[in-house]
Parts: sequence; C-alpha cells; structure tokens
Amino acid sequence: MSDSAVSPSEPQEAAVRPSLLALFNAFASASLSAFGGALPWVRRAIVEQRGWMTAEEFNETFSLAQFLPGANALNVAIVLGARFRGPAGAAAAFSGLLGPPLAIVLVLAFLYDRYGNVATLNHVLAGISCSATGLIIAFVAKMIAPLFKRRDWGPAIAIIGFICVAIVQWPLPLVFIGLAPISVALAWFRR
Amino acid sequence: MNSSPLFLLFSYFAALSLVAVGGGNAVIPEIHRVAVELQHWMNDRTFADIFAISRVAPGPNIIIVTLIGYHVAGFAGAAVATGAMCGPPFVLAVFVARLWDRYKEARWRIAVQAGLVPVALGLIAASALVLARASDHNVYGVLITVATAAVSYFTRINPLWMFALAGVFGLSGWL
Repeated sequence: MSDSAVSPSEPQEAAVRPSLLALFNAFASASLSAFGGALPWVRRAIVEQRGWMTAEEFNETFSLAQFLPGANALNVAIVLGARFRGPAGAAAAFSGLLGPPLAIVLVLAFLYDRYGNVATLNHVLAGISCSATGLIIAFVAKMIAPLFKRRDWGPAIAIIGFICVAIVQWPLPLVFIGLAPISVALAWFRR
Repeated sequence: MNSSPLFLLFSYFAALSLVAVGGGNAVIPEIHRVAVELQHWMNDRTFADIFAISRVAPGPNIIIVTLIGYHVAGFAGAAVATGAMCGPPFVLAVFVARLWDRYKEARWRIAVQAGLVPVALGLIAASALVLARASDHNVYGVLITVATAAVSYFTRINPLWMFALAGVFGLSGWL
C-alpha cells in the first residue's frame, strides 16, 4: 500500500481560511452548549453552520483526534485550527473551546469549596454521579460490540487493560506503556 | 524529591496527559488512584461530587482536572492541573496534524490507530468500575446507574434530563 493516496495537485485545505478571531468565536460558541460531550456541537459549528469543512474532512480529523492523547474535542479543535492557521490557529481554536467552560468550572469549583458540605447539595450531586457513571457504562457497551464482532486480539487487550487499571490498580501510564505497544504490534502483524 | 501539591499535580497530570488515549473518560481511574488512594487529597464522596460537577458543566470532560486542582491548591492548583493535562497533548496535536495527511494510508499509522482502540476501551471500562465503587453506596445508587446506562444505551435522550431526575431522587437522602 502506498504511503499517500492524496496527489500533490489536490488541495489539502478547504477553500475558506477563517481568521484567528473567527476560529476562536466558532469554538467558543460551541463550547457553551456542549453538554455531555463537546464533539457534536463542534461538528455542528464547523460543518453545518460555517461550512469550513465537509462532513468527510471532519470525520478524518476526528479519527486523528481519537488516536491522539487528550480530550477528543480539544484535539479536533487543535488539529483543525492548526490546518487553517498553524500553531496560532490551534491556540485560538483551543482557547475558544476550553476558555468559556473553564471560567464556568472555576466558579463551580469555588462554590463547591464553599458549600460542598451543605447536605442538600451533597444529595443532589450523589444522584448525578450515580447517573453519570451509568452514562459511561452505556458508552463502553456501545463501543465494545464492534470490538467483539471482529474476533481478534482486541477484546483480550481491553480486558487486560481493565483488570490492570481497575482491579489491580496499577498506575495507568505504566499499564499503557506495557499494553499499547503489544496491541499496536498485533494490529501490525494481523494484516 | 519535591512534594509540594503544585509539583505533584503538575507531574502526575503531565505524565497522564501523554497516555490519555480515550480522553476525559479514560483518565478517571488514574486521577482517582492519585487523588484518593495515594495522596489522600479527598475521599470517595468528594471525588464522586467533583466527577458529577464536571459532567453537568459544559465543555470537554477533561475539565475534571481543573476541579481536582482547585480542590487541592485553589486557583493556582486549577491552573497547574489544567495546563499539565492540556499542554503536552496540545504540542503533540499541532505537530502530528502536519504529518497526518502525508501518512494517511501508511501501514504503521493504521496499526497504531487500530491498536489503541482496545486499550482506550479497557481504560474507559475501568473508569466505569472505579466510578461505580466511588458513587454507588447502596442498592438505590446501583439502580440509578443501571437505569441511566439502559436509557442511554437504547435511546437518544439528552443525558442532562437523566442527571436532573437522578439529582431530584438524590434529594431523598437515600444515596
């Protein structure tokens, strides 16, 4: 297989090249409506509202963001900003997506520090944390089905990682350094 | 060995940031291990509270580190934790964004991507167990967790509605 399917003559960037301020604004507007995962809102702002990327380009950016470490939505912002305007564009998109939520979370952190011992607040948060845990279980269940269908090493790696981190409680960076190379090697030799 | 809270926040989260494949959901077990088990910055209940706050706030899930940092060392802690968690992946993403188009079809890139998916999934599953241990103290808690999982798996209802319902149920004080 060749290393590149894109011919040099083909344009690598979309026709529009948003300014730094436009990048910041687009991600800032997405960030404040981004409850329960920022990605759908980022997609809406970039693909549907502004047309800076086609749906296909966005999917490619997302698949890159998924394999980079860190929050997926932030990685999408960084990669997209970098493509349009280099490192400065990455910084603009990143601050747009993180800045407004950060301000809100700092206020919440301050309030929790102050009123964290109020019983009513504790009871409400206890309910929400039980519920939000269920959300992660559903996410895992949705992702695990295609993994098991492929009948290869995938499920074994996932289960070993789960046991090492959740049951044995080894440090996550160590588990990752041990497991990721094995999993990537298996993926390499499988073809 | 420097053991000031700010130094610890920085070193733990900077190291974690570089292996945080799977994003904000995958790093929870390690944050719990460090904050609750190792450094005793907080107990399980506070950890569960902070997790809940991070989920009702808008924005990327990874913002939970801001709340942890604030709890440990105020605004300075929040700044250090957020910077350590977001800085290294930022640099990496800017760098890799340039290589991406060139190696789109490269065999090594496809192998890296395919190999990391099951690792990330194992870490996110670990998050679910760690959170269930920290949040579900009795049968009512487990019921809320299971009910939310089922509703979210089978429907596309906005999770905020389920959070609201669970929060109202929490007012009973049974959790």
